Amino acid sequence: MALSAEENGRLTGLLSEHAERVVQRWTEVATASLRGRLSQAELRRQVQDLHRSMVEAGRGGSFDLESESAGELRAVLAELSRGRARQGFTATETAVSVYGLKDVLLELLESDADTALRDYVAFSSLVDQMGLFTFESFVRTREGLIADQAEQLLELSTPVVKIWEGVVAVPLVGTLDSARAQVVMERLLQTLVDTSSPYAIIDITGVPAVDTQVAQHILKTVVAARLMGADCIISGIRPQIAQTIVALGIEFGDIATKASLADALRHVLRLTGAETARRQPRRES
Amino acid sequence: MTAGIDLGHPQAQAIQSDEDVVRVRQLVRTVAVAARLSLVDQTKLVTAASELARNTLVYGGGGVAEVTTVDNGRRRGIRIVFADDGPGIVDLDLALTDGYTTGGGLGLGLSGARRLVDEFDIVTGSGQGTRITVIKWSR
Repeated sequence: MALSAEENGRLTGLLSEHAERVVQRWTEVATASLRGRLSQAELRRQVQDLHRSMVEAGRGGSFDLESESAGELRAVLAELSRGRARQGFTATETAVSVYGLKDVLLELLESDADTALRDYVAFSSLVDQMGLFTFESFVRTREGLIADQAEQLLELSTPVVKIWEGVVAVPLVGTLDSARAQVVMERLLQTLVDTSSPYAIIDITGVPAVDTQVAQHILKTVVAARLMGADCIISGIRPQIAQTIVALGIEFGDIATKASLADALRHVLRLTGAETARRQPRRES
Repeated sequence: MTAGIDLGHPQAQAIQSDEDVVRVRQLVRTVAVAARLSLVDQTKLVTAASELARNTLVYGGGGVAEVTTVDNGRRRGIRIVFADDGPGIVDLDLALTDGYTTGGGLGLGLSGARRLVDEFDIVTGSGQGTRITVIKWSR
């Protein structure tokens, strides 16, 4: 429900006239509902922002959240919702901070007899609208977080596959942070033991950027595999990655690197092929 | 360093956790693709951003990255500002030496990032926090 121009003017007047008291009481109400999980100073800052943008919207002609003059108010509400969602507050706890304004307005209006009730009802629905907007933004952010997490979970699936007799491959996809690098290393070392493979290929085709941390994780994995007697080949080094690695100054030392997984496999087969060829006569005799 | 004219508002990303470092990377990549940087330049800029964002987190105790598309009249570029209120860098020359690290890394992050971008400016001092500005121009 939109406010009439007259109501609009009265609300703006009320908010700017009693600015200090509104902010003070609103902060108190909001603090009580959050039971100290957010500092009063932080809440006060948020309430001040809300109050300021509401007065701005009122002076601009309309409180309606759809209107142009409420742009700043929308932004403040969206920011508040995003912050709360990230800090783990529930939707209700977030919305209550906005609804708190109702209590404050009622206190202010009680002293003003005539139009008090009508105004309160009108103002009340406006505050409800703000609350609902907050709720909506909150849920949208939550959904975003869930989507992000789903993506990260997907990134977490790092299979170690046997691609040839005595050759295992680890196709790395996505971001290689410390936790994931640890998982990859453990799985690779375990698979090397389980399959008694002397060769491992670490394929980084799916890693969008190789920075020093990623390089360090890969180097550590290679060294660990070597300690277990396995040789590692790093494959999937695309042109842009190669140039970046050179500019960064990362050195892979004597570790074999190949442009593609196929090249790496061919390289390994050539090595093992030579070995089997040498062994064959012995087996025949 | 040549500033260039800003095209559009800077996009800020807080750096408070490892996930935020990933977010900085994704933001930089999106902006770099929009500014039509070549694949090599995209990768270099994203990698530099990754190094500097991690430094902001690990050594600066968290901060913020601001990504802006800029134009110097001839070319477009991306400017990224990494700012933190951490302890700052006491010996900048030493910190920019290849292989020097206080954190157990490879010691190539800061020096490597400098080589990956076209312009690199650092304002820091003991107890003053650190503010690093980098620009990568399109070719």
